Amino acid sequence: MSVIIAILVLGGLTLLLAVMLVIANKKLYVYEDPRIDVVEGMLPHANCGACGYPGCRPFAEALVGGKILPGKCTVSSSEGVESIAEYLGVALGAEEKQVARLACAGGTNVARNKAKYKGMETCQAASLVSGGGKGCFWGCLGFGDCEAVCDFDAIHMDEHGLPVVDEDKCTACGDCVEVCPKDLFSIQPINNRLWVACKNLEAGDEILEDCQVACTACGRCAMDAPGNLITMENNLPVIHYGVDELTRDPIQRCPTGAIVWLDQKLGAIKGRESKPVIRKSEREIGFS
Amino acid sequence: MNQESLGQIFINACLVNNFVLAYFLGICPFLGVSGKLGTATKMGGAVMFVMLISSMCAYGIHALLVAVDAEFLQLISYIVVIASTVQLVEMFIKKMSPTLFKALGIFLPLITTNCAILGLALFQTNKGYDFIQSIVYALGAGAGFTLALVLIAGFREQLEYAEVPKVIRGTILTLVIAGILSLTFMGFSGLGTQ
Repeated sequence: MSVIIAILVLGGLTLLLAVMLVIANKKLYVYEDPRIDVVEGMLPHANCGACGYPGCRPFAEALVGGKILPGKCTVSSSEGVESIAEYLGVALGAEEKQVARLACAGGTNVARNKAKYKGMETCQAASLVSGGGKGCFWGCLGFGDCEAVCDFDAIHMDEHGLPVVDEDKCTACGDCVEVCPKDLFSIQPINNRLWVACKNLEAGDEILEDCQVACTACGRCAMDAPGNLITMENNLPVIHYGVDELTRDPIQRCPTGAIVWLDQKLGAIKGRESKPVIRKSEREIGFS
Repeated sequence: MNQESLGQIFINACLVNNFVLAYFLGICPFLGVSGKLGTATKMGGAVMFVMLISSMCAYGIHALLVAVDAEFLQLISYIVVIASTVQLVEMFIKKMSPTLFKALGIFLPLITTNCAILGLALFQTNKGYDFIQSIVYALGAGAGFTLALVLIAGFREQLEYAEVPKVIRGTILTLVIAGILSLTFMGFSGLGTQ
């Protein structure tokens, strides 16, 4: 008897639930474009957010919806972008490549520490102790948080404790921008090769005690620049990219070499007027 | 019929007999999604919601089974009902709030296999709670689950910055914390008893 009851009850229950689910499935069906899955499969799955969307799937949805072009994905290889564009039948929308740039040139050979920091070996932690041990409050602390956070192996610390961005590997995902406690990184179009490699906001030569390559806000670069290419804001030169054609001339006016020309092959080039840095070893601790 | 007051039931389910830390139910999401505070809170919310729904369904099913004198079918019918409820809830959320659906992600279907939910349905039947008591019991259990998840997520986030010996990093460390937390919750035993 109980066997029959069991069969009846369970059979009835499952039938009821099945019918309910079938009806619900019909009523609550949400149409999703099948192309979204395909496009998502073509994306790199880095979920880095460089495109401005929270991940690869939302980006794929935007692509299929025609809100954005595949070139916005900076991580995909050019073939990957092409195949997506071909699949969706849209333009490439290739953007100028962007890279992360560091606004500091104060390695251990030119910038001195005012105190020795001993503790967790991260910039985030060091910056909590009165801004870190560096003489220049704005300068790079050199513990390599950016190197650690970079998923693409594009940032490496050089022998003077400064991060160097490998422009070929950099995908402009912005992780280093976020992690740097001193806000030294920014994402720049790769062809903006004229670059102010300093963030010091103090005017005057006193800063040179702490860092030989700091910007002293003398303003020569702004005065001689063509048109409005460079203006001084908050004691720092600001380069207005796109106003005028970029030339190397401004670097020749800088007495400390804070403005550099980032050459594709040679790296940062300083002007003739700037004091050459010969020292290789670390500077001693001290403060004025 | 059980005569416990509603407040007592809630405290009992949430703290004294916390589902995760005293009964050791629902350990898989406890260890799996407790890495970040944000996801832990969302997971807790989702579990609480499903607990509430399945508690109500279990009450109805139990009444039905008692009526046809087939209480031995309790376990299997609860499983069937919980699984289909979660499916239904998933479809409903997908239709009504795609944002919430995205936020919950894979957690939602995974709740189906969460033993804390089946445990809740079985406990409430064994304790003979009426409908209101069942709902309060489910809310308490859900709150307790969320509490445990949020606590351990907080610990784990802090421990990301600590220098921990290599041998106990990862799952081992989480289990150690879980053990200590569980010991701590033993301190609540006796609370709410007359």
